[in-house]
Amino acid sequence: MLSRFLPHPLLSLTLVATWLLLVNSLKLNSIVFAVILGLVIPMLTRAYWPDMPRLRSPLRAIEYAFVVLYDIVKANIDVALIVVFKPVRDIRPAWICVPLDVRSPEAITALASTITLTPGTVSCDLSADGRAILVHALHAPDPDAIRDDIKTRYERRLKEIFE
Amino acid sequence: MPIADLPLWAEIAVTVFLVLGGLFGLVGSYGLLKLPDPMTRLHAPTKATTVGVGGALIASMIYIFASEGRVSMHELLITLFLVITSPITALFIAKVHIHLREKPETLPEPRDASGWASFTADGPAKGVRDMHPVEPGAPDKTA
Repeated sequence: MLSRFLPHPLLSLTLVATWLLLVNSLKLNSIVFAVILGLVIPMLTRAYWPDMPRLRSPLRAIEYAFVVLYDIVKANIDVALIVVFKPVRDIRPAWICVPLDVRSPEAITALASTITLTPGTVSCDLSADGRAILVHALHAPDPDAIRDDIKTRYERRLKEIFE
Repeated sequence: MPIADLPLWAEIAVTVFLVLGGLFGLVGSYGLLKLPDPMTRLHAPTKATTVGVGGALIASMIYIFASEGRVSMHELLITLFLVITSPITALFIAKVHIHLREKPETLPEPRDASGWASFTADGPAKGVRDMHPVEPGAPDKTA
């Protein structure tokens, strides 16, 4: 019964919170409208969410967000230094194949987005069987180090969060 | 909207974050000019959207907090939407590049030799390559 009206409780909660942030007020009418959106949108879009994505440990997800935030700022400085000071002929761009251990689509999506958001690397393609991800690095004198970094720093944490 | 009188600490903080964000935005645009090919150029603007825009958003939050005494949440939402959408833009550009200018031989092999999804897919992907064939490693005409 509950699953019929609330197929995705977490999605509903996110929608309510997002709407309240969007209107920037906690008046009764905006709360009522937020709840309506939180109920209607998951019901209308349930065909696109056949499975219930599980978040095994939300606390670790928050930790992950801060790790990524820190890396974004650090890598931004690295890339800015490369762009400004390194002569073009010394930049070593490379394609890197990162084999995947995570299997769930949500975890792979989160990993691919993290790779792109972190300056210096962009995720470009997935292998046909979904077991490897193709990454382009702006400056990779040692491509294996970048691959290991992605696996230990991000993939290991995502595996704990999603699987 | 008239510019509010801010306390000194807020003026300094807002200035620092605006200059910092502007600087990273400038470096991102300079990277677009300097870097030699589409894939390396793709790296430059993705940086501008993170720290560049982030600096402007933090400055905006401090300004509203100092002038109106409330915490504005719109900046957090802008961050959220950027974080969700900008990897997708980058992925689209990278995919176009793979379809037009790369072949399976020019990319590293996935570990079980199943091939990359861009090349194993049927349909439009193949057609685009056949209509405008570009030799892998050929000089970039857009440079």
